[in-house]
Amino acid sequence: MSEYVIETEKGKWEIVCGLEIHCQIISKSKIFSGAPAEFGDDANENVSFVDAAMPGMLPTLNEECVHQAIKTGLGLNAVINKYSVFSRKNYFYADSPQGYQITQFEHPIVGEGKITVDLSDGSSKDIRIERLHIEQDAAKSIHDLNPTKSYIDFNRCGVGLMEIVTKPDFRSPEEVGAFLRKLRSILRYLGTCDGNMDEGSMRCDASISVRPLGSTELRQRAEVKNVNSVKFAMQAIDSEAHRQVEIYESGGNILQQTCRFDPTTGGTKFLRFKEFSDDYRYFPEPDLPPLILSDELINKIKDELVELPDAKKSRFVNQLGLTPYDAAVICENKEVADFFETAAHGRDAKKVANWLMGDFFAMLKKKNLEIAQSPVSAENLGKLVDLITHDVISGKIAKDVFEIMAETSENPEKIVEEKGLKQVTDTSAIEAIIDSVIASNPDNVASYRAGKVNLLGWFVGQVIKRSQGKANPALVNKLLKEKL
Amino acid sequence: MSDLTSLTVAGALSKLKTREISPVDLVQAYAKKLEENKKYNAFVTLVVDDALAKAKDAEQKYLNNTNRRLEGIPLGVKDLFCTKGIRTTACSHILDNFVPPYESTVTQNLLDDGALFLGKLNMDEFAMGGSNETSYFGPVVNPWSKDVPLVAGGSSGGSAAAVAAELCAAATASDTGGSIREPSAFCGVTGIKPTYGRCSRYGIIAFASSLDQAGPICKDVTDCALLLNSMAGYDPKDSTSSKRDIPDFSSFIGQDIKGLKVGVPLEYRPDGLNPEIASYWDSAAQILKDCGAEIVNISLPHTKYALPAYYVIAPAEVSSNLARYDGVRYGLRIEGNNLDNLYISTRSEGFGTEVKRRILIGTYVLSAGYYDAYYLKAQKVRRLIKNDFDNAFQKCDVILTPTSPVEPFAIGDTKMLENPINMYLNDIFTVSVNLAGLPAMSLPIGLSHNGLPLGMQLIGRAFDEATIFKTAYHLERGANFVRM
Repeated sequence: MSEYVIETEKGKWEIVCGLEIHCQIISKSKIFSGAPAEFGDDANENVSFVDAAMPGMLPTLNEECVHQAIKTGLGLNAVINKYSVFSRKNYFYADSPQGYQITQFEHPIVGEGKITVDLSDGSSKDIRIERLHIEQDAAKSIHDLNPTKSYIDFNRCGVGLMEIVTKPDFRSPEEVGAFLRKLRSILRYLGTCDGNMDEGSMRCDASISVRPLGSTELRQRAEVKNVNSVKFAMQAIDSEAHRQVEIYESGGNILQQTCRFDPTTGGTKFLRFKEFSDDYRYFPEPDLPPLILSDELINKIKDELVELPDAKKSRFVNQLGLTPYDAAVICENKEVADFFETAAHGRDAKKVANWLMGDFFAMLKKKNLEIAQSPVSAENLGKLVDLITHDVISGKIAKDVFEIMAETSENPEKIVEEKGLKQVTDTSAIEAIIDSVIASNPDNVASYRAGKVNLLGWFVGQVIKRSQGKANPALVNKLLKEKL
Repeated sequence: MSDLTSLTVAGALSKLKTREISPVDLVQAYAKKLEENKKYNAFVTLVVDDALAKAKDAEQKYLNNTNRRLEGIPLGVKDLFCTKGIRTTACSHILDNFVPPYESTVTQNLLDDGALFLGKLNMDEFAMGGSNETSYFGPVVNPWSKDVPLVAGGSSGGSAAAVAAELCAAATASDTGGSIREPSAFCGVTGIKPTYGRCSRYGIIAFASSLDQAGPICKDVTDCALLLNSMAGYDPKDSTSSKRDIPDFSSFIGQDIKGLKVGVPLEYRPDGLNPEIASYWDSAAQILKDCGAEIVNISLPHTKYALPAYYVIAPAEVSSNLARYDGVRYGLRIEGNNLDNLYISTRSEGFGTEVKRRILIGTYVLSAGYYDAYYLKAQKVRRLIKNDFDNAFQKCDVILTPTSPVEPFAIGDTKMLENPINMYLNDIFTVSVNLAGLPAMSLPIGLSHNGLPLGMQLIGRAFDEATIFKTAYHLERGANFVRM
């Protein structure tokens, strides 16, 4: 268990934190209308009469969004509720043309679940999920185009959201970070949300309170809204917790309130007290009947579920012999895991993993590329490992070959062939080089024979150099010892 | 020519089919009648020229035998139905000059069957009211008025008055707590509110979504069947519309009712019930008995809670449904120096007193701390009322009651206007039906001693409009009511 304690002269404190994460559902159309749920189009391009809340318009539930929510629920190891109900959350604001948001209140589509997160000290922890419900997103207000006017883009209005609520199980910013990364990974595996926090397709609100270490009380909490990166979430929690400790220790009290994280200061900014907040007057949405799911549907979605990161990770550890750390890194991203599996197919998976996490990742980073754009294909990376394993090239030559692959996308076998980089394993050819090295360095030969055995490395280097790197180092070693 | 306007829809259709009359003749006859009868204030928008142009197309269709089932029939449309390209205001200042770019499903169904629209009909603002006095365009005058102008009932006052005064062949209307049946009774015409879910609510400006249902107001029972055949149907754009098969309602007209059990609820006969109405109720029962039906006493024990439950549930939905009228995207806008002031000014000016009252009641009953005591309790009452009907329908096939406890009263009646409860009490026989989602029809039974029409109500099992049509036809024949 990672220990996160705020320690001051006056005492030790721990944090209690829970998260609400809004995840935009990947779907062709919006959750209650037929308008496209696409991004990047011109403002107000994708707006139906339903989205604009024209008189007499009615919502109709998009089944694709329901399937995505069920899939996500299963991915969170959660209970799928066969009976759920839509409710209206009433409030007036320009981003809400209906004057209410259609959401789920008392009866969400997904109930309790859990996500296991891996922490840096090698431990893992279960974070409990309280619920997941589906709802419609609001329009986007744009305040910075005109000094006196605000503009509204309704393209986002009505896009499906999954709101995932956790139990207050977090005790450190690190746990929050690990959870968000894990959740994002699961959502991306499932293809239910693209998880891009900086683009707002995954948005996180955190409820934070502190208490004296060892106590079990739950104190008044502050809610930090719309933190748009994992790093910011961790910073926000850390700084908000310290702020609260300072207030308690100076004799103050925390009132239930809403804050906003300010990335420029790394601190939280007070927005409003909760006690004055709106009364949303929830009531069941009369335009939509309760959502009843069949076992058949749930089982069908379950059967079609992809292998999730945890399952994949343990398979990589147990069947392919990866270390848990390597497996976790590779499995965080499904594309990486798929790439790895293709590259490692029928080969020494550990060697492939080393290449993947070493030179390959470094190359992607240097070139600023996603794995899908990699110039080196999974097949070619696998072939490169084969060439090393079968002693066709040395590890050192392999690095040169890899660099050529990264530039040309060529097959490594072809590169080795064309550039004549095949390792020399012909004893007589190597012996000839050794003889010439011995002949041209009589002083070192004498020193070696006088007992300076560590000169062997120098001789090996000379021989390999004269072979232009192609001589098999093990063979050179063996023959040199004999000759010297 | 003016006797063309006295034709029922069925009568006009048969003359159109034999080419005895043409659609153009029919529209011209109604156009003349409309010109002569502006005093009733039944229409708020006229599109007679458009109807004439379309009548010419209809004429062609009759000539080449491609006429559809309502080809060339001139209708009036309640201003609650969105009609593409025709101003639709729900008779509210807040929707001033709103011209929908879409057509409601119900009116589209009628257009697809060849019907023509003469214009949009007056109604209570957003269908809230029982006397058509809350309309921004002023009250409708009951065509039966003698010296003093009388109310036409509400909220579909324009629909009922227009049909009674023969300003259109039939009309669309809607019913949330009695808005088809009460004005039908007041104007001596026939209207049916079908089972909740029979007609799509798509494109009908929402009042209370869980109660609203469209239906026709016609000159007689036969026409109601013809109109409802066209209006009803499953619509994927309304998730609460029913997929149940729709029988040909006309096929039940004339079927005998021997052995049919007609229930008479004792709770609908309180002490002090208008003796004239009570006596017509008895004679209606006798008519059905004479046709071979059996009269059974039934009990609907929770009737007295229906009105209070209705006046919690309907306003709750109103408070949310009307939130979209904010001055931002369509309709009236009163500028403010910030967003809140824009909302406040627009809504203060745009809504009338009754609408504001219901928004306030609805907001109150949904508020934190009051929700359980009001909204939740009202929903429980609603369940009990539905159970009452389920139990009653174990003993009978159809229920007979008066439509309204009062006859049409004077426009500006101080008793009604000073205390809205007195107005709400007029719905006492109709609201239970909406709470239970059942079908019910009002048809004229006779005249009061003041010479004003009184109506009887037939309530059926859910999705059993058929029995209502069967029974109503015999009651209509027996009552032998003479239309204006």
